[in-house]
Amino acid sequence: MKKNIFAIALSFSLTVLSIVFLKNAKPVQLFVLIISYIVAGYGTVIKSLRNIFRGNIFDENFLMTISSVGAFIIGNPFEGVAVMLFFRIGELFQKHAVNKSRKSISSLMDICPDHATVLRNDQYQIVDCEQINIGETILIKPGERVPLDCIIINGETTVDTSAITGEAIPRLVSCGDNILSGFINESRVIFAQVTKEFGESTASKILELIENASMKKSRSENFITKFSRFYTPLVVLLALIIALVPPLFSDSFTFSKQIYIALSFLVASCPCALVISVPLSFFAGIGSAARRGILVKGSNCLESLSRTKVVAFDKTGTLTKGVFSVQNISPVSVTRESLLEIAAFCEYYSEHPIAKSIKKACKKDLNAELISSFEEIPGYGVRVELCNKLFYAGNIKLMKMAGFDIKDTSAGACTVHICSEKEYLGYITISDEIKEDSKSAICQLKQLGITKTVMLTGDISETAHDIALKLSIDEVYSRLLPLDKLKITEQLLSQCKKNEKLVFIGDGINDTPVLSRADIGIAMGALGQDAAIDAADIVIMTDEPSKVPEAIRLSKYTLKIVKENIIFSLFVKGLILLLSSLSLASMWAAVFADVGVSVIAILNAIRILRKKQF
Amino acid sequence: MKKIFKLEGLCCPNCAARIEHAISRLSGIENVSLSFMTTKLSIEANEDSLPYIIEETKKIIKRIEPDVKMI
Repeated sequence: MKKNIFAIALSFSLTVLSIVFLKNAKPVQLFVLIISYIVAGYGTVIKSLRNIFRGNIFDENFLMTISSVGAFIIGNPFEGVAVMLFFRIGELFQKHAVNKSRKSISSLMDICPDHATVLRNDQYQIVDCEQINIGETILIKPGERVPLDCIIINGETTVDTSAITGEAIPRLVSCGDNILSGFINESRVIFAQVTKEFGESTASKILELIENASMKKSRSENFITKFSRFYTPLVVLLALIIALVPPLFSDSFTFSKQIYIALSFLVASCPCALVISVPLSFFAGIGSAARRGILVKGSNCLESLSRTKVVAFDKTGTLTKGVFSVQNISPVSVTRESLLEIAAFCEYYSEHPIAKSIKKACKKDLNAELISSFEEIPGYGVRVELCNKLFYAGNIKLMKMAGFDIKDTSAGACTVHICSEKEYLGYITISDEIKEDSKSAICQLKQLGITKTVMLTGDISETAHDIALKLSIDEVYSRLLPLDKLKITEQLLSQCKKNEKLVFIGDGINDTPVLSRADIGIAMGALGQDAAIDAADIVIMTDEPSKVPEAIRLSKYTLKIVKENIIFSLFVKGLILLLSSLSLASMWAAVFADVGVSVIAILNAIRILRKKQF
Repeated sequence: MKKIFKLEGLCCPNCAARIEHAISRLSGIENVSLSFMTTKLSIEANEDSLPYIIEETKKIIKRIEPDVKMI
């Protein structure tokens, strides 16, 4: 790097000197210019010669060498030096920009320490993470990153999970909690037992995913690679034609002028700006997504995501929390509290999720000795003897059995009716809670031009429709077995036009086939579920459905930058090729078309990393 | 069988594309991908032809960008 800057500075000052002071001594000026050319360009010339011997003619070193030497030959030594100088400066910039972006992206990925403090032979030792085994005890100090996935065995602290989940609020963890590698311990020393080896730990997995993501190339990237393969030889051919053909037909075209034009053509022809900026943009997009807790598994996924038209959701665990809770208590002849308490007593021995939610809602300590008998009636509910009184809790059929004819009031929710031997006491409705951001997620998706939102669920249709209505989802398919979900996805896919993509979002529990069948499968909150992570194209590390519109916005932004770069580079190059063929642009402009455009395109791509909000 | 190499000193994106293209034409190769940003080269091929492919890959890299080291 320093050597390069020195060579450029030396060559530049020699050139300026020769122009300012040696104007009247042409031979001396030429001599100084040749020296300054050698200083700036010897590396490039040597490289191009070496490449020619290897049967590898059309590379940029060759183009620069031939055009600058050509400029010398046709009597424009100053331009020859300038071309080489510009090329070197531009290359330097380009290298710097690439290195910088590589670094800023890899710093995003710097989420995993190499060493950890392990308890071995009653002593704490610092050990390379790869040599730590499952079951060993590690010590994590405040300010340190959690090195491996582990479970806390002693201590309590807050952890910053933002590097892994994108979640800004620190989480309080204590004994018995699992913590993942990449979390930062914020407040107190904790002791933890390792549950996964380094290579299998979350942070390593995430790194692997991101690194491999740039291997799966997008269509734009492939287009550019193909394009550049034809582009360079084509321009060289054009340059040859320009140099040789017109002078044969008319005297007004001199060879030297035509050669000059042809040389400018060659300089402008390098496709580097395109070839570099497109993958860089995608890479920046993937890096930026990772920082937000969205793991994109390939540039191609990011590209298809921007063309999303249909979004299908799984219900439980994706749009809803997958946790039942008491929504409504409707007593008839008793108070709300006592109805809930009786219900909780009734469900005391039941392990059904609904029973659990009732017990959770009734915060009192229940004295189990008051229950003298308990009987579960499958398909109906329970019968319990409590303080020598009989109580029934269950569905309508159970109420009928007990002698009460109740009207069905449940609107989609799950209802538990309670009665004693003598009277009907009331009912409690329980439902799966909708996540806080589900509604805004659907709303944002619509704003993004998604034409159809769909919900697929195994739940009964009343519940499904109720939730779909609340979230304003367009289509609902209920009572689905995992296989049916796959069938419906096929149907939806066949309705999509060629450039419209279908996204499926699931929590990875029994919907892995759908995740892999959809154009883009998004696994949500799937940390630790390897099958879902393998099947999905995108993994969202938090439980928030609102990350889906965020990911789509990010992908659209990335694609916008990619398009900007492609159009801008092609436009500038085309313009300069046109102008120089009409001899309206000098070789300087051609150099700008090469390296200048590259640098601008790189800077444009970096904007993706800089953007804070999507 | 998949193998991943790091290409140290890879600095010309066009050359990266050409290296990738040249490797993809080797016989016995199943999949090749060279990421300019992470400078990682992944080669997929069946076990028998892998040593040959790695040898050829080294030659290709030496031809197209002699300054690059394959690790």
